[in-house]
Amino acid sequence: MDLAEITGQLAPLAYGVATIGPAIGVGIVVGKTVESVARQPELQGRLTGLMFLGIAFTEALAFIAIAVAFIPFP
Amino acid sequence: MLFAGTPFELNRIMLIRLLVVAVLAIWLLVGTSRLRIIPTRAQVVLEFPFAFVRDQIVYNTLGEKDGKRFYPIIATIFFLVIAMNITGIVPGLNIAGTSVVGLPLLLAVIAWVLFVYAGLKKHPWGFVKNALFPNGVPNPALYIVITPIEFVSTFILRPVTLCVRLLMNMVAGHMLLVLCFSATQFFLQLILQQGNFIGLLGIGTFAFGFAFTLFEILVAALQAYVFALLTTVYIQLALADEH
Repeated sequence: MDLAEITGQLAPLAYGVATIGPAIGVGIVVGKTVESVARQPELQGRLTGLMFLGIAFTEALAFIAIAVAFIPFP
Repeated sequence: MLFAGTPFELNRIMLIRLLVVAVLAIWLLVGTSRLRIIPTRAQVVLEFPFAFVRDQIVYNTLGEKDGKRFYPIIATIFFLVIAMNITGIVPGLNIAGTSVVGLPLLLAVIAWVLFVYAGLKKHPWGFVKNALFPNGVPNPALYIVITPIEFVSTFILRPVTLCVRLLMNMVAGHMLLVLCFSATQFFLQLILQQGNFIGLLGIGTFAFGFAFTLFEILVAALQAYVFALLTTVYIQLALADEH
């Protein structure tokens, strides 16, 4: 048996790998926002909007990964 | 399926969409028919999301002058998306109107047309230059690399990511709920029919299903906010002056 051989449904595995990057990205975005709000609490409203914008851009990569899982590759 | 075999056949998701549009239209018509200066409680519920879209999304990004022009369509997009999303957790409907590709695609195309139109109308040449030939490039020869990248990211990836983000949020949320609640049903049958006490795990899956239902409410509102905000930001980028 070849150890490197993987068979069966690979899409969940690929999705798991694909979430690592966006997860780190969203973590950085939210963490930096918390840091900024701690420095300047009066800007919280605007920073929250910017945070969701950043999350939306970063998160899109993870959602593209889900979408790819639905494409039937031969 | 209703009217199966005719060109007007309606599946479950289409019926849900029609229902949502009807509910939304009736709510807005009845709600805005008798507006008072001192609002009643129902009127506050109606006015709050409008004020939120206007102040937090449109005026905050576009400013008041341009914001006035684009506020109606941004508000329409916001209300349509949030109403279609929220059916994903309404008992008895249980699937979001945006969880097949048609509606997110339509909304993404509308957003694309909107920001291209806004840019071309304000300054046709400046819009193209801002989008394809950004300033601050050290060597003009680099435009060979930058222009195709900017073209793909502005005119192709923007609508695609708008569409895919909304669609996949709803699909993934629906699948999580399906997973949790079908597991609950499986465990319940295990405990009722076979008396197998592994079925007590069903309590856990039901709790997770409930938690994810609450999470889906948040996601539904958040995706509507993000969709409207991104459309506004794209319009703002298209309207930005040359620099």
